[in-house]
Amino acid sequence: MSEQVEHLIRKEYAAGFHTAIDTDTIPPGLNEDVVRFISAKKNEPEWLLEWRLQAFRAWQEMDEPEWAHVDYPKVDYQSISYFSSPKSMDDKPKSLDEVDPKLLETYEKLGIPLHEQEMLAGVAMDVVFDSVSVVTTFREKLEEAGVLFCSISEAVEKYPELVKKHLGSVVPQKDNYFAALNSAVFSDGSFVYIPKGVRCPMELSTYFRINEQNTGQFERTLIVAEEGAYVSYLEGCTAPMRDENQLHAAVVELVAKDNAEIKYSTVQNWYPGDEDGKGGIYNFVTKRGVCHTSAKISWTQVETGSAVTWKYPSCVLRGDNSVGEFYSVALTNNHQQADTGTKMIHIGKNTRSTIIAKGISAGKSDSSYRGLVRMNPGADGARNFTQCDSLLIGDKCGAHTFPYIESKNPSAVIEHEATTSKVSDDQMFLCQQRGLDPEKAVSMIVNGFCREVFKELPMEFAVEAGKLLEVSLEGSVG
Amino acid sequence: MLSINNLCASVEDKQILKGLGLDVKPGEVHAIMGPNGAGKSTLGSVLAGREAFEVTEGSAQFDGENLLEMDVEERARAGLFLAFQYPVEIPGVSNMEFLKASVDAVRTHQGKPELSSVEFMKLARETSKKVKLDQGFLKRGVNEGFSGGEKKRNEIMQMMLLEPKLCILDETDSGLDIDALQTVADGVNAMRSPERSFIVVTHYQRLLDYIVPDYVHVLADGKIVKSGDKSLAKELEAKGYGWLEGEVA
Repeated sequence: MSEQVEHLIRKEYAAGFHTAIDTDTIPPGLNEDVVRFISAKKNEPEWLLEWRLQAFRAWQEMDEPEWAHVDYPKVDYQSISYFSSPKSMDDKPKSLDEVDPKLLETYEKLGIPLHEQEMLAGVAMDVVFDSVSVVTTFREKLEEAGVLFCSISEAVEKYPELVKKHLGSVVPQKDNYFAALNSAVFSDGSFVYIPKGVRCPMELSTYFRINEQNTGQFERTLIVAEEGAYVSYLEGCTAPMRDENQLHAAVVELVAKDNAEIKYSTVQNWYPGDEDGKGGIYNFVTKRGVCHTSAKISWTQVETGSAVTWKYPSCVLRGDNSVGEFYSVALTNNHQQADTGTKMIHIGKNTRSTIIAKGISAGKSDSSYRGLVRMNPGADGARNFTQCDSLLIGDKCGAHTFPYIESKNPSAVIEHEATTSKVSDDQMFLCQQRGLDPEKAVSMIVNGFCREVFKELPMEFAVEAGKLLEVSLEGSVG
Repeated sequence: MLSINNLCASVEDKQILKGLGLDVKPGEVHAIMGPNGAGKSTLGSVLAGREAFEVTEGSAQFDGENLLEMDVEERARAGLFLAFQYPVEIPGVSNMEFLKASVDAVRTHQGKPELSSVEFMKLARETSKKVKLDQGFLKRGVNEGFSGGEKKRNEIMQMMLLEPKLCILDETDSGLDIDALQTVADGVNAMRSPERSFIVVTHYQRLLDYIVPDYVHVLADGKIVKSGDKSLAKELEAKGYGWLEGEVA
């Protein structure tokens, strides 16, 4: 079958177009002035500029991490532009009617109509184009419920106390190299606040788009769910096809207070580069959540894009009886590399975590699962269950598993299961003998492999994710 | 229906079929018997178009088309069905989803509209009853955790749903208890019609008590060495294959 498989992964990246739009882009380069410029452009208060500068100074002292199982040429941080905004955003539009039609068109083309009447029922969306948030929909309806959902820039202006209290509380400025860089130059992102006891009435979603050339995207997302609150949030991402690599270094912080629940789903489809490995997004992301007593955080991710992915959505299970979950599908094709997984830090008593990671490698790609489960001395009765499954398509790809287990509490229970399998000739032959074409056969087998993760996604997105896998796999058999 | 001439095929450079000829007319049931290693399973794989098998010589016409030039899925859609000796598992893909995709692919090829989920569900339930497979199996992963007998019933169910023109049963009787064998045979007999043909590949005569063939062929060393009617099967059972060795040489 290997010959047959070789062909299966060749399909144009559908989101790879560029929108010709006037932008305000600062020249490439990074120094304190750039940090000041970004902060000034956003009319930020003094404390935030200071916070950014601290991060920048720390970043200058840090080294880029090299422990991940990925291999890519060094990023030249001086050749990237750290701020780009559509010109039409200078006077920020107040409603969709005031948004530049070209921007609306861009999102139509991506299959994300922004006009509320055409949108997926019950999903509110914040849209980030290069460095700025373009529009947030369904705001009034959310405000009625007391839910705050806006861009982080706006939140800094309108709700400075909330931002100041929580920004960096989960991922400190100096947490790691990319988090420090993000803290210094983050441009925009989403802010969500769910007050005590409120169940957010709809799915919230942010759609990230990199458009401009040679720009980086450094968004920052902060979600705070007060006591007993609930929210389900989804992010999606795409970028044009370019020969150069582009950097995306985001930070996401989640705070789940007592009895709160946050469900965070990602469908990541950044441009993966062409079949020879040219171009593509470097996706270096820090995502972490803190769970207080009896709180729950679920990360679900479907990662099909990016040239290089370095990402470990994590849960700090601080409160007793809190729950962390990580469900992941990472698909790599052609020359893509992914080093992804999670960290579950058990601090409270009777904390529980579940990790289900599915890695699919095709073409000449390399996919690694890297996960840490730590049971602190106080984590009496804590439990973890980890299952890592790898599926290989063809014989030129690789799959690796790097589990790290640290248990300092004898009453904690940790279970780890791992499997590696191949899409077998027999499976392909059975499907084809029943009339299915090879593409359909592979996508069906892969979808079956991912079933446990897809069922964790919100309904509309589970369907999307399935289709995305199908597209990402096209050309890998034939 | 099917006309095979001087078919030679090899796998990994080892020649298995060495000039096989066979004519199957609509409505006929042909049994292929023979000792282990004679090439019985290879015949099914070659006719279905499995990639690992290379046809080095000869021809095969199916319904007037050159079978050997068609892709695996094209052969299937044109009405050639192979019931596997060892059906493989596809974890996580529900039997229902798999069967619907399969039926839809064949219907689309025939220019018919796809069945709605409700229509298909009804059809699948009725068919599962016929092969005495509990409806719960429709929701389970394809062959996932099925017993040997359940897998074979599942194969027959697929055959019934797809309504192929030519059914090749590759040692479907292996590993079946007598009840399952009866069910499988009932399924096949119910499908016999003047338009549909069967090639029943088997090592034992037992299956042919239930599925009575029109012709029996002995395959040895890559060729048909003897053909006859159903009485040949009885004769083979009594004498074994040894007495045919002279004919091979």
